[in-house]
Amino acid sequence: MLLSEVSLHDPVFRLAPLVIFLPLAGVILNLLIGRRLGELGAGLIACLAGAGAFAVSAALAFGLKSSPEGAIVLIWRWFQVGNLDLNWSLKVDTLSVTMMLVVSGVGTLIHIYATRYMHSDVRHHHEPGRYTRFFVFFNLFLAAMMVLVSADNFLMLFVGWEGVGLCSYLLIGFWFEGGEGGLGNARAAKKAFVVNRIGDFGLLIAIFIMLGAFGSLEFSRVFAAAPAVTATAPGVVLAITLFMLLGVTGKSAQLPLFVWLPDAMAGPTPVSALIHAATMVTAGVYLVARSQPLFVQAPLAADVVLWVGAITALFAGTIAVGQYDIKKVLAYSTISQLGFMVAAVGMGAVVAGMFHLITHAFFKALLFLAAGSVILALEEADHGHDLQDAQDMRVMGGLRSRLPVTFWTFLIGALALSGLVPLAGFFSKDEILVAAQQKSPAVFIILLAAAFLTAFYMARQVFLVFFGRPRSGAAEHARENPPLITVPLIALALLSIFGGVLNLPGVHTLEHWLEHSLNVTPAKFVLWIALVSLAVLAAAVTLAWLLYGRKPRATAREADPLAARLGGLYRALEARWKVDEFYSWLVVRPFERAAEFLSSIFDLKLINGLGDGLGALVQSLSTAASRIQNGFVRSYTLVFLVGVTAILAYLLLR
Amino acid sequence: MSPAVIIFIVLALVAVACAVAMLVSKNAVYSALFLVLNFATIGVIYLMLGAPFIAVAQITVYAGAIMVLFLFVIMLLGGENLRLGEPLRGQRLIGLIFGAVLLAEIVLLLIFRSGMDQMVGTLTIDTSPAALGLEMFNKYSLPFEVTSLVLLVAVIGAVILTRVDPIRRPGKPDQDRKDQSGRQA
Amino acid sequence: MIPLAYYIALSAVMFTLGVVGVILRRNALVVFMSLELMFNAANLAFMAFASYYQALSGQMFVIFVMAVAAAEVAVGLALMVAIFKAKKAVDVDEMSSLKG
Repeated sequence: MLLSEVSLHDPVFRLAPLVIFLPLAGVILNLLIGRRLGELGAGLIACLAGAGAFAVSAALAFGLKSSPEGAIVLIWRWFQVGNLDLNWSLKVDTLSVTMMLVVSGVGTLIHIYATRYMHSDVRHHHEPGRYTRFFVFFNLFLAAMMVLVSADNFLMLFVGWEGVGLCSYLLIGFWFEGGEGGLGNARAAKKAFVVNRIGDFGLLIAIFIMLGAFGSLEFSRVFAAAPAVTATAPGVVLAITLFMLLGVTGKSAQLPLFVWLPDAMAGPTPVSALIHAATMVTAGVYLVARSQPLFVQAPLAADVVLWVGAITALFAGTIAVGQYDIKKVLAYSTISQLGFMVAAVGMGAVVAGMFHLITHAFFKALLFLAAGSVILALEEADHGHDLQDAQDMRVMGGLRSRLPVTFWTFLIGALALSGLVPLAGFFSKDEILVAAQQKSPAVFIILLAAAFLTAFYMARQVFLVFFGRPRSGAAEHARENPPLITVPLIALALLSIFGGVLNLPGVHTLEHWLEHSLNVTPAKFVLWIALVSLAVLAAAVTLAWLLYGRKPRATAREADPLAARLGGLYRALEARWKVDEFYSWLVVRPFERAAEFLSSIFDLKLINGLGDGLGALVQSLSTAASRIQNGFVRSYTLVFLVGVTAILAYLLLR
Repeated sequence: MSPAVIIFIVLALVAVACAVAMLVSKNAVYSALFLVLNFATIGVIYLMLGAPFIAVAQITVYAGAIMVLFLFVIMLLGGENLRLGEPLRGQRLIGLIFGAVLLAEIVLLLIFRSGMDQMVGTLTIDTSPAALGLEMFNKYSLPFEVTSLVLLVAVIGAVILTRVDPIRRPGKPDQDRKDQSGRQA
Repeated sequence: MIPLAYYIALSAVMFTLGVVGVILRRNALVVFMSLELMFNAANLAFMAFASYYQALSGQMFVIFVMAVAAAEVAVGLALMVAIFKAKKAVDVDEMSSLKG
């Protein structure tokens, strides 16, 4: 391995490639011998790979403490074309190491959880052989995500970006034969892949323009040249940032490309927690934060980012109110929270965005894992197999006493997400709200409304799932899961409680940490905004209690209390504003019709006709030609003689 | 005209006549015998050229060994006579025409291009078998070895192609059983 | 002293007769004999040129041609026997199974 010629200030930075290579080693080990090792061995390898990556990330963080300017660690010269010189080199700075810590830390906890969860899951689906495959994909995801966050240039970032997309596809379709009509999960995976492709296309175009305008893809050189390029050609940076935004909307599930994320819940729950809540979907936020110098040069694009994020936050929040699937609620909640982060980075409050990214990773992973624990408990208690859907909140209820650990951790996660002081979510959301209030009152109002919805649907979920009486036999007999499931929950719950310490008002640890890699604007703590957000939280929870908590639903079939009060509006929420149907009408249906036309008329008739015709022509010609081959040696000799005389004649007449 | 030329022309006429007779004989045995005569004539011409070793080899190898093999096979297969007629339409005419064209072309190429005035005498260098042997084992040792390999392959090929029954392998099942029962007894 | 052209003419005539024999005769054995005739025509030309150039190499070549011809005859006649076993004929027109 060729290490950098760039002087490393701290030898610990030489460890940096290990954050990628340890998970990769896990992949290779599990591919080669995972099946022979059995579940214990395979799970252990995967967890150790994740934990190792976390240890390396922590070591890098300590290294950065003494030399915060970081380093660039060269692994391999990739290629050199003309003036373009691309390397596989890792950027070790405070921003990337923060991401590494989140990804590997939360990732390892979810790995541990998954060793037990997948044990039951593969049995529930009657295919124990897939256990190893799951962890191969999981470790591969970690490796790809590490490539993404540690990249030193945009192309390497794109490699990681595509890598995590691939893993997402593989894991959404993990039970590819399941789902509606045996195709539902495969279709969900395909949808995620195709929708992400639209976003990736945008990012790729952005990279191409960048290559044309800057002649380089390295972060440092692009960012250094950005002001000069803006001065000569302001449209170029705007185009780059807007196309980049398209990539962000794809990967981070923002309007208009958010539709794949709710369907992505078809994957096993640890996948939803790791990839579709805590890490991969935050890649877009990371990209905007990393490209901050570009967005500074294009205020218009930054404003578009801000508005996309804010509207998504509100829009997804409304949909979450009308969902009954325990994971779908969390999925829309994730989209909404990602909207908060995107809005934050869009308005330049990069630290607030990153802070929310970190705390959100804690409590959203916690919520998903707790939801997974509920689902698992229900599936294991469902002896009569009379449960249609173990994820439907209408068949739950009364699980508070039956799953105490899950209940308390879920409650902590929900409160942290809703922003109760002093849990993690309060501080991070508050920073975003303060920044929004300074930027634009309209955005502030929108985000406040989204925060209200967040608290409301989380309270609704808690009441539906854990309070009241059990509404099915499975819920009646549900029992708490073993420690492998609950210990990660407790760990994440502790992180959700104390995560706010990272960037307490007045201390601003994270801000000072990140100011080595980003331009930070010092955040302020505004008391009235904090009080307003707490009041909104209280109002939302009270409303939810009035609707769902005071008189809990008695049976699974009952209509939602909101349905009577909101009427058509509620049905629209339940149907997710018909966005999928709209896209289907706008894009999918015409596309299919065009494909149908091309396949039946163009391909079958024209292309196939051409091919068949050519084949028939060649066949008839060769049949005719084969008559020359009459099998008589003397005829061949005669032809030979004619040839010889012809050649001699040529030699004579030359 | 010198006597040598006269002798040569006589020999040439005999050789050509033998070749034509070989072609037109209906009986393959006659064909073979005419060919032997042709080879013997050629052998005499080699003597005239001052190559006694080649001449003797011509007689022994060609007229002797090869033609005897031919006669054996002719008599073994009974292929002396075939029914007459030409099943391939135009084969005879086209073959004769192009044969004539080929002859004309060779003559034009080799004789009229180079002229008629070069004369050939007898070889004055040493062409004794000893000299040939030295030449063969010094300068041509690799072709010699390759030729030996070719002959070996030909021998093996001839044996395999004419084999009647597959070779019995030792230790056939029934044989083994017999052996075992013998031992038990 | 005999003109070189005479030898070449004799060689050419014999060679052409061999070619015509291969094309016109149906008896596989006679076809083989025609091939031998062609070999001899070539050998004659070699010998003539060897004398003309006073070189030993022509004679060496004739020796090798003889050896190869012997090998060829051995294999060819063995093939003939094998084919005769299958087809009960030495007519080359009978050996036309490989037609298209």
